[in-house]
Amino acid sequence: EFRRFSLERSKPGKFEEFYGLLQHVHKIPNVDVLVGYTDIHGDLLPINNDDNYHKAVSTANPLLRIFIQRKEDADYSAFGTDTMTRKKNVLSNVLRADNHKKKPHIVISMPQDFRPVSSIIDVDILPETHRRVRLYKYGTDKPLGFYIRDGSSVRVTPHGLEKVPGIFISRLVPGGLAQSTGLLAVNDEVLEVNGIEVSGKSLDQVTDMMIANSRNLIVTVRPANQRNNVVRNSRTSGSSGQSTESSLPSSTPNILGNLQGEEESDEEDIIIEESGEPQHIPKAAPSSESIESLSQIELLHESTQNGFLPSSDMNLTHSAGSISMEYEVPEPGRKSLEEDGTIITL
Amino acid sequence: QTVEHGFPHQPSALGYSPFLHLMAIGTRSGAIKLYGAPGVEFMGLHEENNTVMQIHFIPDQCQLVTLLDDNSLHLWSLKQNGGASELREEHRFTLKGPPGSPPSATQITAVLPHSSRELLYLGTESGSIFVVELPSFRVLEDRTITSESVLQRVSEDNCNRRSCELVEALREHPKNPDQILIGYSRGLIVLWDLQNNKATHHFLGSQQLENLYWQRDGSKFISCHYDGSYTQWPVSSDNRQPEPLENTVPYGPFPCKAISKIYWQTTKNGLPYIIFQGGMPRASYGDRHSISVIHGSQQTAFDFTSRVIDFFIIFSSEPTAEFDDPSAMVVLAEEELVVIDLKTAGWPAVHPPYLASLHCSAITCSHHVSNIPLKLWERIISAGSKQNIHYSSMPWPIDGGTNIAPDPPQRDLLLTGHEDGTVRFWDASGVCLHLLYKLSTVRVFLTDADPNDNMNTLGEDEWPPLRKVGTFDPYSDDPRLGIQKIYLCKYSGYLAVAGTAGQVLVMELNDEDAEHVVDHAEADLLQDQEGYRWKGHEKLKTRDGPVRFEAGFQPFVLVQCQPPAVVTSLALHSEWKLVAFGTSHGFGLFDHQQKRLVFVKCTLHPSDQLALEGPLSRVKSLKKSLRQSFRRIRRSRVSSRKRRGGSGNASEVQEANAKFDQDTLQEMELAPVQRKIEARSAEDSFTGFVRTLYFADTFLRDSSRHCPSLWAGTNGGTVYAFCLRVPPAERRMDEPVRAEQAKEIQLMHRAPVVGILVLDGRSTPLPEPLEVAHDLSKSPDMQGSHQLLVVSEEQFKVFTLPKVSSKLKLKLTALEGCRVRKVTVANFGSCKTDDYSENDLAVLTNLGDIQIISLPFLKLQIRYPCIRKEDVSGIASCVFTKYGQGFYLISPSEFERFSLSTKWLVEPRCIVDMPEVTSNNHVHNKSGMENAARKS
Repeated sequence: EFRRFSLERSKPGKFEEFYGLLQHVHKIPNVDVLVGYTDIHGDLLPINNDDNYHKAVSTANPLLRIFIQRKEDADYSAFGTDTMTRKKNVLSNVLRADNHKKKPHIVISMPQDFRPVSSIIDVDILPETHRRVRLYKYGTDKPLGFYIRDGSSVRVTPHGLEKVPGIFISRLVPGGLAQSTGLLAVNDEVLEVNGIEVSGKSLDQVTDMMIANSRNLIVTVRPANQRNNVVRNSRTSGSSGQSTESSLPSSTPNILGNLQGEEESDEEDIIIEESGEPQHIPKAAPSSESIESLSQIELLHESTQNGFLPSSDMNLTHSAGSISMEYEVPEPGRKSLEEDGTIITL
Repeated sequence: QTVEHGFPHQPSALGYSPFLHLMAIGTRSGAIKLYGAPGVEFMGLHEENNTVMQIHFIPDQCQLVTLLDDNSLHLWSLKQNGGASELREEHRFTLKGPPGSPPSATQITAVLPHSSRELLYLGTESGSIFVVELPSFRVLEDRTITSESVLQRVSEDNCNRRSCELVEALREHPKNPDQILIGYSRGLIVLWDLQNNKATHHFLGSQQLENLYWQRDGSKFISCHYDGSYTQWPVSSDNRQPEPLENTVPYGPFPCKAISKIYWQTTKNGLPYIIFQGGMPRASYGDRHSISVIHGSQQTAFDFTSRVIDFFIIFSSEPTAEFDDPSAMVVLAEEELVVIDLKTAGWPAVHPPYLASLHCSAITCSHHVSNIPLKLWERIISAGSKQNIHYSSMPWPIDGGTNIAPDPPQRDLLLTGHEDGTVRFWDASGVCLHLLYKLSTVRVFLTDADPNDNMNTLGEDEWPPLRKVGTFDPYSDDPRLGIQKIYLCKYSGYLAVAGTAGQVLVMELNDEDAEHVVDHAEADLLQDQEGYRWKGHEKLKTRDGPVRFEAGFQPFVLVQCQPPAVVTSLALHSEWKLVAFGTSHGFGLFDHQQKRLVFVKCTLHPSDQLALEGPLSRVKSLKKSLRQSFRRIRRSRVSSRKRRGGSGNASEVQEANAKFDQDTLQEMELAPVQRKIEARSAEDSFTGFVRTLYFADTFLRDSSRHCPSLWAGTNGGTVYAFCLRVPPAERRMDEPVRAEQAKEIQLMHRAPVVGILVLDGRSTPLPEPLEVAHDLSKSPDMQGSHQLLVVSEEQFKVFTLPKVSSKLKLKLTALEGCRVRKVTVANFGSCKTDDYSENDLAVLTNLGDIQIISLPFLKLQIRYPCIRKEDVSGIASCVFTKYGQGFYLISPSEFERFSLSTKWLVEPRCIVDMPEVTSNNHVHNKSGMENAARKS
């Protein structure tokens, strides 16, 4: 359905009011919707707060095309660069389904749904040659996607340089969480897993430790490429959306605090009573964050600085089928996942 | 680690002291074990870990000498220390030749400990015989017997230098310690006078010599040869080059294999016992491992299922006795010890009290039950005694030393399940692991193997007169019969046994033979899942109609899982008369009172094709084919085995080995070992695999009423709890048992659940079924709140009941990188006071560590390294007892016993006293000592 109405460009008001207005003109007062607009480059961008609402209104020339979708069957992959140009090729996309593989596109979800997939932590307490990376597996279907191997590294000891056995990253799975963060690379030496040193442990032990911590994995590595290390004194924020230089705002010098702070919430077992309703196991101090419907986040950084490029035949976990901007896009296979972390790191 | 039970892996040498009545066995890994009367055992280990080639006791001493394959000699002594004897290595020695001499000059081939107790004669590959003094191992160079001195006064026609290459045998004259018999490999035998240092007799044998044996009076000796013959030689003072008295090829006329060892034993009635190893016709019976006993017209070739390492005869060792009068033959085969009673007609075997071949069929699982009530114990023994009627009643002939260990505090049973469908019941109370009773489940099923196919049924006129002895038979006819899980209720005598093809048998102890029909039910674990095809083995076919069972445990119910995948967990509740079983597809509950299936639950994830196809059976068949190829290899190796097959051959082998090592190394460098780091997901394979089942009477639904419940844990980290309604005893047959799923817990970390336990209001684990009824346990506290302990491979977690909320947890893998392999509740008592004991968890990890974790607070108490982490089968075989002991396999045939408790220790403690030396022996030895003194 199409609606056309006017807004005062100089006084657009607040996002909530605009949202109410949209619900009103479409006569859908209690339906949650996603709101998007096409910017001057033809990209579909979301409107979900005052800032991007004001930005959207400012770009009206004079017409502003707004798209709304029902939230429960929204097509998140529709947002992002080139989305409107691609729309022109919808038919050819449908006819030739393999088209996607040739032209992978970057998908950005709604900012409000952003959640951490990775972060560099404890920059202030680690030597500059080390990097402590946190991978947030929980809530993603995306595989962690890396392999480790035995190897040897050179250490400075009281007896001079010595060759000691070590554990190294041997492979990154294309499209996996590890690769998409850009924070880990092949031949990085693994020094710690969730705060526990791996020296003296066998490859199998380290594997088991990583898998046991897979929902909240913190690996401390010595990157093979030491050129991108954080320079501590000039902590200017990243210029190109690189997450390498950001650290969790909540990070404290206390290692334990960082390593285990959110651990408990990752460990909620599910109990199904005879009624058949699944529930989280209640705990003494429940951390009841709002549970929201979440989607896939795919972060692909062209992070050449980190020594690798995402391969061109990146396989996307969920590639959008046909795209219909204004209205419901059937998108099978989406899972509703539960998540409580809302800190954004990008 | 307290004691090793079972049969030593890869034995390589045997020795016996008629003076101490002790037997010694050496192994390829350099271990040496001494055995005497039951409970008397010692163990030593050579630092070198080289193969023990020969063992010789020093006459009339508590000492023995071992020869290793690195040509080193080791002197061991039994010394008393703190009231018990200990085996200790005293000295080591390697014979060195003059500089520049080839290694063969000092390569020891024969060892003779002289009766003077102070000299050791060492025959070598070069033909020289060196004399060393004991215990210092000082070489007495002036007494070396060289081939030149041996060949004096023998014409060149009969002998040349080559005749004296390689000393094959050295034997002291039984009456005159100044004379020794030297046998050379090429057939020349020389009687040497030690006093005058010259040869007195030359016996010119034409055949390659294998061994020599003196007759008791020293008037004759016997030689055995490579061509399967033996020869008797007279020793008289007038003839310096006697002709043989008699030359016999016992299994001729066709070519025969070598006779490698021979005994000639005299008896009162005049007919000697001639006992020899080998000599079988090469073409037809060349692959047999036999020892023949000939006594007058009686002749039997005992046929062993594995290679004979060595044997000895126990005979009268009194020097005053006129005859040998052999009483028993002790044979060390590669896989078992067989003792034959030579005094009883028919020469029956003697049941050994130790050195049991645990692996006579490969062990597939084990189960330990502590503190067996006397009544059940006696009934099992009585059932077992009916199976042992064909054994000799002779008391155990190797009876040296005294067992001074305290009597075992309680009666413990170790049950081992085997690949051939048998369950063996071992008395595990003390140091000697002793077979009490053997149960076979084969009779219930129709198998390809013909029960009448008996290797022993040889006709009267069969030649050679082979008789199979021993129990070692590792080749199962049908791997589906293999036993996977065992559960014995010691109070009721109910036994549940589950196997490879999804079969679950419930049995009852019956003291009489009986013929009855086994009730048969099928449990379809896939239920409504459709479109799956099981690609594994078929289920076992059952026998129709009544089946005859011997006294003992007799099956009355058979449940077969469908698909017939291996049973992975089993639980029996003897009070409720219920048995629960699980496979990789799901689990079921069977009421063995009403003989009715109560319910089944499919745990399979629909995408888990691997579990459906039955890859376990593929693994199994791979194992089988491996086994068969090993069997072939072993055969070919046995036939090609000859101790000194020429050095060229050996170096070739070494070269090939080195090349192989290099190749594998290169391969490893090309493809480094990688490990994938991935979170577990519900779709992983074998998530539905049921790992553990547990019955508990607890508060499942609300905190006011408790009820029977069944708990199941899967490989995918899910715990299912079912509420059971068991009718009261008086209506037990009238009303059906009902079950309802009450809870399902999905552990977020999804690690396999390996243990489930309910703790009562006092945080004590719930007692076993019937334990309270038999007044052996306090009744559980049903007032306070119960707690549920779930042990996964990665974590320990305590939940409250009935509302399942997480209370406590201990992470193991995330912090230490090790996983739980086995877990059990162990009761630790104080060795000081009787009134204190506590329950803890005994945990074995995949790194082979044992950790003790307190209950209910889950605090790590202590950690010990126990099993090497590379020893996967050792870790897999570990069983804990209820009182903090445990067993694991250190080889296919040996259990190591260990104890975590100071209160319950079972270890050998024994004493070996020097027996009184008889007067005759004294004289005998004195002259020898005088000789030695004079000479030096």
